[in-house]
Amino acid sequence: MTWIWANLDVIWDRTLDHLLLSVPPIILSFLIALPIGWLARRFRLGRGFILISVGLLYAIPSLPLFVVLPAIVGTSGRDPLNLVIALTIYGVALMVRVVADGLASVDADVRLSATAVGFSGRVLFWQVQLPLAGPVLLAGLRVVAVSTVSLATVGAVIGVQSLGSLFTDGFQRGIEAEIVAGIVCTVLLALAFDGALVALGRLLMPWSRPARPSGSPARAAPGPEALDAAVLGVEAPK
Amino acid sequence: MIEFRSVSKQFPDGTLAVDDFSLVLPSHKTTVLVGSSGSGKTTLLRMINRMVDPTGGAIEIDGVDIAGLEPVKLRRSIGYVMQNSGLLPHRTVVDNVATVPLLRGVPKKQARTDALALLDTVGLERTLADRYPSQLSGGQQQRVGVARGLAVNPNILLMDEPFGAVDPIVRAELQQELIRLQRELGKTVVFVTHDVEEAFLLGDQVVILRQGGRIAQVGSPAEILANPADDFVASFVGADRGRRALHLESHGGRDILVDSDGRLAGVLTDGSRQSEAAPVPGSGAAAQGGDSR
Ligand SMILES: Nc1ncnc2c1ncn2[C@@H]1O[C@H](COP(=O)(O)OP(=O)(O)OP(=O)(O)O)[C@@H](O)[C@H]1O
Ligand SMILES: [Mg+2]
Repeated sequence: MTWIWANLDVIWDRTLDHLLLSVPPIILSFLIALPIGWLARRFRLGRGFILISVGLLYAIPSLPLFVVLPAIVGTSGRDPLNLVIALTIYGVALMVRVVADGLASVDADVRLSATAVGFSGRVLFWQVQLPLAGPVLLAGLRVVAVSTVSLATVGAVIGVQSLGSLFTDGFQRGIEAEIVAGIVCTVLLALAFDGALVALGRLLMPWSRPARPSGSPARAAPGPEALDAAVLGVEAPK
Repeated sequence: MIEFRSVSKQFPDGTLAVDDFSLVLPSHKTTVLVGSSGSGKTTLLRMINRMVDPTGGAIEIDGVDIAGLEPVKLRRSIGYVMQNSGLLPHRTVVDNVATVPLLRGVPKKQARTDALALLDTVGLERTLADRYPSQLSGGQQQRVGVARGLAVNPNILLMDEPFGAVDPIVRAELQQELIRLQRELGKTVVFVTHDVEEAFLLGDQVVILRQGGRIAQVGSPAEILANPADDFVASFVGADRGRRALHLESHGGRDILVDSDGRLAGVLTDGSRQSEAAPVPGSGAAAQGGDSR
């Protein structure tokens, strides 16, 4: 315990390192997966091939990847960029299928009626399909965020500072409190990411929130409106 | 005026949905396409805004062959209302109504003002403007759908079973609303339904379709009822049975109309006193509601 109080600044620094290592892969994997997922959705023929081959990226063991990456990218062995790239690859592997599924989840009737009133391909994608895929994309992004935060600890093994450094250092020097601090902070950071994404989703997708309480303001005269209200109660969306 | 000239549509899988269909749909009138499921109604309707392109023949709007028009532009100039409203779930009511004007470059503020006015037109309270479609009843959603269809002030309004998914009471209300709107606006409405009652209520011109978009009969509701072209039409419109086949029975010195199911339909009066004609209690149209009362 005393170790923690004496080293709050170290813990804080590693947390910041960890944050900086995790954010870019999460954003990048989303941005990269978007066009690939769209392609997979758009072209039936290539779909299986794209989804399977991208999904297999997740099966690459991380340590060999760290060894090979510097040679491919031309970075030095201890460059944090290696970790960012590796984490992005894993994120993309998860996210491409999510994007394809998300786009597929958009109600065919809505797509059809949007086309019927004059949405053209590009506008249809950005204004209708992508926003409506939002809830599925968000669910996928939450998995990617948590998995990225947890995978980023591996950086310690290849000499990139992160919360993982607290485990390795703690192990080497036999400081139990340091190991525990590393684990707890990693979990907390993952939860913080998750919470931030949920909040972002609420902000960007107010329409996907659960229906308002069924005890809607009573209306004076029972008439068609009352009937409407009754229907509303029954049809409250999931 | 919309004109179909020997229009055919064969889908890639070989289905011949429409076979050599020719028809003139007069301007400012409501034409109703009615027929059983799979008779090609939706296909015919979607050919008017080029959601579906014919494989044979041509369609003209006011003398212009639409095959030469840009589909997206054409669609933005034609109102389209479908079953289950097809509203965008992620946009509020007012934004849904303003959707197409915004696509056409109308300034945001103007589009919103117009959209609010349209809510009045279709009989929706403005307090609903900022709700999402999922927070509305089915009937309210259909009204928003109609408002959206009217938003660009189109000459043509295409409606594909717009009232098919609401309960009978709300449907009757929406039908009356459409009749009122049409009296005020005089659009060229193409309305698809499989409900003959609805077709006769709304249509100036009713087109009864067989499979493959083949026309069984075209005419005003009265013409079709008076002279069904053949047995198919007669049985489709129910002229030979139920509430349409009325006969006289004498009760206590008065002539009473009875339908083929034995239900009282009304009394026979002098046509000139139509407005005063008192229906027999629990008869005619009231009889339908009467059962549940
Ligand atoms: N995209 C398509 N590909 C292949 N066949 C189709 C397609 N769309 C419609 N069809 C076929 O064309 C025929 C007419 O379909 P259409 O949707 O026009 O019928 P409808 O009269 O609107 O029926 P409903 O009352 O059920 O809506 C049907 O046999 C249908 O299976
Ligand atoms: Mg149809």
